[in-house]
Amino acid sequence: MYSKTVMDHFRNPRNVGVIEDANGVGEVGNPLCGDMMTIYLKITDDVIDDIKFQTFGCGSAIAVSSMLTEIAKGKPISEAKKITNKEVANALEGLPKNKLHCSNLGADALQLAIKDYEARKEGKAPAEIKRKEAHEHNPDEKCYCPYCDIEIQEEAPFCKACQSDLVEDHH
Amino acid sequence: MKIINLDHISSKPLIPEVKQAMIDAINNDYANPSSQHKKGEQAADALAKARESVAGLLHAKTPKEIVFTSGGTESVNHAIKGVAWANAEKGKHIITTNIEHNSVIRSCKRLKSQGFTITSVSVDDKGRVDPADIAKAITDDTILVSVMHANNETGTLQPIEEIAKITREKKIIFHTDAVDSVGVMPFDVQKMGADLVSFAANTFYGPTGIGGLYIRRGTMIWPLLDGGVQEASKRAGTENLLGIIGMGVAADQARQHMNSRLVHLEKLKSKLITELPNHIDEYIINTPLDYSLPNLVSVSVKYIEGESVMLMLDDEDIAVSTRSACATGSLRASHVLMSIGLDHADAQGTLVICYGVDNTEEDITKFLGALQNIVVTLRDISPLYVKKH
Repeated sequence: MYSKTVMDHFRNPRNVGVIEDANGVGEVGNPLCGDMMTIYLKITDDVIDDIKFQTFGCGSAIAVSSMLTEIAKGKPISEAKKITNKEVANALEGLPKNKLHCSNLGADALQLAIKDYEARKEGKAPAEIKRKEAHEHNPDEKCYCPYCDIEIQEEAPFCKACQSDLVEDHH
Repeated sequence: MKIINLDHISSKPLIPEVKQAMIDAINNDYANPSSQHKKGEQAADALAKARESVAGLLHAKTPKEIVFTSGGTESVNHAIKGVAWANAEKGKHIITTNIEHNSVIRSCKRLKSQGFTITSVSVDDKGRVDPADIAKAITDDTILVSVMHANNETGTLQPIEEIAKITREKKIIFHTDAVDSVGVMPFDVQKMGADLVSFAANTFYGPTGIGGLYIRRGTMIWPLLDGGVQEASKRAGTENLLGIIGMGVAADQARQHMNSRLVHLEKLKSKLITELPNHIDEYIINTPLDYSLPNLVSVSVKYIEGESVMLMLDDEDIAVSTRSACATGSLRASHVLMSIGLDHADAQGTLVICYGVDNTEEDITKFLGALQNIVVTLRDISPLYVKKH
């Protein structure tokens, strides 16, 4: 199910823990599917000197956190700001389709931690970061049931073919 | 490589007697039991023998009350849709509970889209339904009550006999999904009183892809599959004779060894429950010990997530199942765990440990030792654990 790289990062996660004197902290969580992630940054001269994470979640959530810290470590924050969830997933040689939405939240936690750092620097309250919608597609694309792949009406509460509840996917 | 299989809820191994019977059946080159020539009759005899064995396991009055299906899911679909369709002129109301298997929930949902109404009765925090709540839900329109016998996530047993008394008095058809109990513990349809009972061969070390539906004589039900007149016109299609022969032998073995198996399973359950606190702290046992399956323990380990535990146990060659949303295709929290009042985070850390005749006390010891280390590792990196301590 998981790639070798995912399993390697899951079995031997890098940069685990808390930075006591962190100057940027980002926490994201998804109570519905249950993954939670905290990123701690130690930034010196706008460069990520040290980064650590704590994660409550599945194999891919832990691997994502670990890979993210490897990508971000040593980067100036101007570059770290460009790191996306997709980039982390690609570095892990992909994640299962159904895990892309819920456990791939490492970059979100990092961006939140950077915003927290910047807010602290300016003496402001940290800004809220909004996670992307769980179900998204281009307006000109048709909408398909994620379970049985039959075409469905936008905003349909359940799939007429397989009866799957779609309310949570269409929020 | 020896893998310790504590995931019997997902699949059980075939016992040697079943394997041998199925190999013999393959070598026997059985024909179609519906054919009237000699080879057909030989197949029909094998079919009849297996049906008697399965009828014996459930204490059915006659083997005719057993219909072979492709497994628990088909049996449940047949029972619920078959009764609804056959009795739609009498009424269109069905009563069930909020802890049923998806085969029940989704069959009901399908019927709802066809104009039936469904009442889903809630369970208490131990996962048990109060028969009085079933009685209260009955209306003049009620044609079917469906309550599972043993829950596949928590092992909780429902008061089937008491519910059957109510449905019998009201002349309402009663189906119980007993897929996880028939063959594991004694199940006497006369004593239990249900009109329809779904069960599956793999639960008692028979092959997968074969199961059965007990249909009490006189129960008004339509077939799910239309076609030929096999299974007394209740289930069309040439019989899966290899599977049926395996199931028959598994049923004989289950009946013959029921008591010794129960003693063994209870011993493992007791060891697991008693020794767990020596290895981990801060957990919830979701299995009510005074009314549950002998072969299953559900435990929610706080502050960690079940899929991670499952993967790490797999590295130690130990197989378990988790009820974490992360490990299901739908990525939704278990409706069963929500219904007994678990919060999302605790539900995420839920392991289902289901063992069988092939497990030993040593297996439980190894599992507990491995779990202890894994819980420490995962709690070390869990933000929830750090916040609480």
